[in-house]
Amino acid sequence: MAAPVLRWSCPARRWILANIDRGPRHGRGSPTGSRSSGKRGQSSVAQQPLATAQKPRKGEHQWAAVVGLEIHAQISSNSKLFSGSQVHFAAPPNSLVSFFDASLPGTLPVLNRRCVEAAVMTGLALNCHINKKSLFDRKHYFYADLPAGYQITQQRLPIAVKGSLAYSVFVGKNRNQVINKTVRIKQIQLEQDSGKSLHDDLRSQTLIDLNRAEGQLRVDANISVHHPGEPLGVRTEVKNLNSARFLAKAIDYEIQRQIEELENGGEILNETRSFDCKLGCTVPMRDKEGKQDYRFIPEPNLPPLLLYDSASLPAGADPQQVINIDQLREQLPELPRVTREKLVQQYGMLPEHSFTLLNEVGLLEFFQNVMKETRAEPKRVTSWVLNTFLGFLKQQNLAVSESPVTPSALAELLNLLDQKTISSAAAKKVFEELWRSGGKTPAQIVSEKRLELMQDQEALEELCQATMEKHPQVVMDLKKGNPRAINKLIGLVRKATLNRADPTVIKEMLERQLSS
Amino acid sequence: MGKTNLDEFAMGSGSTDGVFGPVKNPWSYSKQYREKKKQKPHGENEDTNWLITGGSSGGSAAAVSAFTCFAALGSDTGGSTRNPAALCGVVGLKPTYGLVSRHGLIPLVNSMDVPGILTRCVDDAATVLGVLAGHDCKDSTTVQDPVKSFILPSLTDVSKLCIGIPKEYLVPELSSEVQSLWSKAAKLFESEGAKVIEVSLPHTSYSIVCYHVLCTSEVASNMARFDGLEYGHRCDINVSTEAMYAATRREGFNDVVRGRILSGNFFLLKENYENYFIKAQKVRRLIANDFVNVFNSGVDVLLTPTTLSEAVPYVEFIKEDNRTRSAQGDIFTQAVNMAGLPAVSVPMALSNQGLPIGLQFIGRAFCDQQLLTVAKWFEKQVQFPIIQLQEIMGDCSSVFENDLASVSLKQ
Repeated sequence: MAAPVLRWSCPARRWILANIDRGPRHGRGSPTGSRSSGKRGQSSVAQQPLATAQKPRKGEHQWAAVVGLEIHAQISSNSKLFSGSQVHFAAPPNSLVSFFDASLPGTLPVLNRRCVEAAVMTGLALNCHINKKSLFDRKHYFYADLPAGYQITQQRLPIAVKGSLAYSVFVGKNRNQVINKTVRIKQIQLEQDSGKSLHDDLRSQTLIDLNRAEGQLRVDANISVHHPGEPLGVRTEVKNLNSARFLAKAIDYEIQRQIEELENGGEILNETRSFDCKLGCTVPMRDKEGKQDYRFIPEPNLPPLLLYDSASLPAGADPQQVINIDQLREQLPELPRVTREKLVQQYGMLPEHSFTLLNEVGLLEFFQNVMKETRAEPKRVTSWVLNTFLGFLKQQNLAVSESPVTPSALAELLNLLDQKTISSAAAKKVFEELWRSGGKTPAQIVSEKRLELMQDQEALEELCQATMEKHPQVVMDLKKGNPRAINKLIGLVRKATLNRADPTVIKEMLERQLSS
Repeated sequence: MGKTNLDEFAMGSGSTDGVFGPVKNPWSYSKQYREKKKQKPHGENEDTNWLITGGSSGGSAAAVSAFTCFAALGSDTGGSTRNPAALCGVVGLKPTYGLVSRHGLIPLVNSMDVPGILTRCVDDAATVLGVLAGHDCKDSTTVQDPVKSFILPSLTDVSKLCIGIPKEYLVPELSSEVQSLWSKAAKLFESEGAKVIEVSLPHTSYSIVCYHVLCTSEVASNMARFDGLEYGHRCDINVSTEAMYAATRREGFNDVVRGRILSGNFFLLKENYENYFIKAQKVRRLIANDFVNVFNSGVDVLLTPTTLSEAVPYVEFIKEDNRTRSAQGDIFTQAVNMAGLPAVSVPMALSNQGLPIGLQFIGRAFCDQQLLTVAKWFEKQVQFPIIQLQEIMGDCSSVFENDLASVSLKQ
């Protein structure tokens, strides 16, 4: 995406032709630190700008955009970050609210160990430095979904800082050219989630559910533009984007809007905007009197969070009371990058394929299960899984777990193909039938539909001979050099075999017979 | 179990600013006071010159003082338990911060609040402390170690004790009676063989201002939850959420509370935070260090007045505003909260007006038991008289034969 301008030349987009370097899509975290919420505990990730400087070309106006993301990710835990109440998806409103969640005075926050572990593991997975001491703060503002009037967060000293994430972008006509990029992670912090607001415009009221917000991943984007070499521009914040698609659209739109505004002599306000997905544009949110002062103070009810590693662990420490970073590091699952590398090594898989395998939930496991039970080449398995299997899933909007075809079934099918018991075309038909009917095995389907390839070579030779004799004009065409004639002949032979012969084999035979 | 009255949200040192009305000091009706005032014990329709209890936990102090209960709980953020204890002639204990759970205590200043214990004698206070103290998993600021309940030894030999008298606590506003009793107490310890020395807590004069900044700042934060949505009073306005918040908080909080919230928010503004809040935290550290240094130099316990004078009449008290009175009321007590130390007010003697005067003992952190041991010795020495309320209690004289009355009655 940080491709040079040329790749983006799309006439409808005027601003692109004005030589805008989009810059990498990661950027500055907000000065007040990135946020993430989660009374349930959330980790948030903020990224720093990679301002790209480009040599200004003569007579052209260069723009560079800088984007920073605040990512709010809810931690998967049984209970919330500071209160003991349970976490359940889609529970009835206000059914999982403890005294603390309702901010009853006299209640105090108690830190959830699992959330801390999750934050540390996230930090480790993102190559962050884990702060052995981190602090909690209160961030004050009034809003109906924030019962205490403040949010407990980690503004001064968060649990993890200065990480990075390496990723790849596929470009090119066939999307098979890889560009490897790195984004910086400014910090990861634990913080409370707010409740959920439901606006009832009919009755002019707002309903609050204090179970805690749903939406396991939310992103706020901070965007600014500037001329390379000059200071960074005023940034706007686009809030509460919850899909990658909308995130991209919102950022694209906002960059364009800011450039147009500035080129027309206007100015950018440091404001908060939201994204109208129907109109595809960002709009200012109801702004009160300028910037909010959150009046941060240290959270007095939570002592500093101390983490240990094997070297610093105090002797005789109660394992229930301490968290050991080294231990958590060992418990980290294999990271995606490593898994992908292994796939490429082990199976000679193309990198872009390794991405696809990992990007679909359950697909890698499916693939590996098929590999276990088949003798077919990895490349063939990959192709079937990524093209045929995945294609069918997408068409019917199914998850891998909902697939009517099991790994065993596909493995068996691929074995039949491998043994040349059936042709490619036949295999596709069998797959279709497997998908539709579920219960039958590939072998059954093959036999029911009589899809086996002809094994009798002599009979096939005879058929080829007979077909050529029946269609002399085609043969003549062929001898004249008509390239399509051979295909016609192959087609005729196939028909005669009731499609039970491999076209490649037929072609071979015909050519041999013709040349003799 | 009963509920007692207090200054609204524990803000005050008179127990006069509560929505249920002011609390009257039982000593107003005591024989001891009335005799001195040359008033008729009965029959007066006028009750205009009754005395305040001190505060903010005045209701609890009054309840204990008037024999309605064995013990009562209060809160102590700047002296709110010790102050009324002194004015009502009862024992008021502020435990070390972190010893007793604050879960359930409506927070005023989270970093200074502790639940306070009010009883008629030191042994009773030790009993209640033994029950309450110890780690609570619901309060992350309580110490991890479990605490066993204990029985206080009866000290006979104080010769190994070192009592410190902080010279900065001798302020001009201190009443001559309190000062003289303070002197007398020091001499008492000396005469019984203890070492009594003058010590210095150099940052004492900054304490009240520092306390004010930190207290109002935390109050502004802690009161943010009172928005009428989840619980408590809610106004009738529903034009918008903001309008509802504003009206609810205006109606639901009295002047004192609103004043502190506004001050606190001022101190927490981005442009002020460094100069006020951070500065005050630094000064707080200096004040706490003053105590550490004194205790490290061999002092076991500090002896100071608890209040500037005995209880004053309500009509006198309300001539000044809450802020002024709080500054006066908390003068000897709030530094202890900033340092997180244990302290106890023990009634010593009656004033010339027949009203109780108490003195404060301050101990090392987590040495509450030792502190109470010294206090118990002192209590035995001074033999503070029992309040005589028989005349107004009529047929309730049986109370005094009841086993539930405190140990001191049996002496």
